Amino acid sequence: MNELAVRFDGVSKRYKHFSLESIHLELPTGSIMGFIGANGAGKSTTIRILMGLVHQDAGSVQVLGHAMPAEQATAKLDIGFVSEDMRLYGPATLEWHMKFMRRIYPRWDQKYAEELTRRFDLKAEQKIKGLSHGQRVKAALLLALARRPRLLVLDEPTTGLDPVARVEVLGELMAALADEERTILFSSHNTLDVEQISDQITFIDRGRIIDSDDKERFLDRWRRLRLVLPPDVEVPRLPGVVQVGGSGRLPVLTTDRFEPAMVSVCNELGVAVQAVDTMTLEEIFVANVHSRRERMTA
Amino acid sequence: MHSGIVISQTDSRPMYLQIMEQVKQRVAVGEWAPGDEIPSIRQLAVALRVSVITIKRAYLELEREGVIVTQQGKGSIVAPDAALSPRLYDEEFREHVEKVARLGELLGLTSEEIARRTKEAAKKLGEERMNEGRMAEAGAAKEIV
Repeated sequence: MNELAVRFDGVSKRYKHFSLESIHLELPTGSIMGFIGANGAGKSTTIRILMGLVHQDAGSVQVLGHAMPAEQATAKLDIGFVSEDMRLYGPATLEWHMKFMRRIYPRWDQKYAEELTRRFDLKAEQKIKGLSHGQRVKAALLLALARRPRLLVLDEPTTGLDPVARVEVLGELMAALADEERTILFSSHNTLDVEQISDQITFIDRGRIIDSDDKERFLDRWRRLRLVLPPDVEVPRLPGVVQVGGSGRLPVLTTDRFEPAMVSVCNELGVAVQAVDTMTLEEIFVANVHSRRERMTA
Repeated sequence: MHSGIVISQTDSRPMYLQIMEQVKQRVAVGEWAPGDEIPSIRQLAVALRVSVITIKRAYLELEREGVIVTQQGKGSIVAPDAALSPRLYDEEFREHVEKVARLGELLGLTSEEIARRTKEAAKKLGEERMNEGRMAEAGAAKEIV
């Protein structure tokens, strides 16, 4: 299945102090994409455009085969959206919200809703205003999941959750994916969550997409090489080096185009490779952002 | 089927390698027998809360190494290969030997020195085994008396 659930083509949006520049994004059906960026990088704006809540100045957006924002009413029947600033109705109970959703969405799955209420440790008869932040997030997620949407769009779903709630939420996201027809896009600055459950990873910084790839390739491409240089030998020129750290004879190179052959290249030049370190997604993200920003100001 | 596979966040190796290693261990100790059906990629992804692509990668590599066989549309099974367990241990052994060689190099040891120390370790282990055997024999003898 090569169908795309989401496709952004050259999407731009200009504000007075911020602009999104020609965003290209492709999310295959049946996969999870983690969308990573610092605060103010453009994650929420991109998600709002995807949802048709903000209209782009240029470029095309296709969601589940519908052009956004023109066909947003039809598209939204199949999209579940949860964001941090989403308001549930405080004086009403969770049960009231569930009944409300059941009336609007024909695919509402009451049995699944009740199961999630139990698994998320929520009480249907409790009023929203009495819930903690974590319980509200779980309630909003429950209301989105039980609609069985084909696309789930989550803006920072795990922010502010305690460790137990985070594991529960990640578990339910994965469970939703047991069905190959469903797709999830979620933004986060928690790289650990993204690294764990995402198939696709996209980095955004200052309104531009700086990298987007499948997770395994992402993690494979980035390596830190610890070298030992003989006296009077220069640091070897290797492809994709974005950072040179360490000290004079003990340089540490960070590359985003690692190949195992690099080690033998170094050895042939008389340079010993002491270690080839894998990097966490967090380290990759930070190295990526730093090197791009440096290049832009250089 | 409960996989019992545990992913460690503090393990610096990529997740797919951790998964591969644990599947191999299960096969090596016979918990997953040749011909046994193993969880599907999506099932394991949901159970471990790990992305589908990571499990897919682990299964692909396991298939390449001949540990499992994936049949199109039928899921995966443990390879029906009788000599599997010794081979898996052999591989682990090779990895450890490589590690020893690397550490030796870092310490500036000659290959003769590395070989000598390895031999010494093997000899020591042999002696320990002999002592254990003798003690067990002595214990058994005492019981008979």
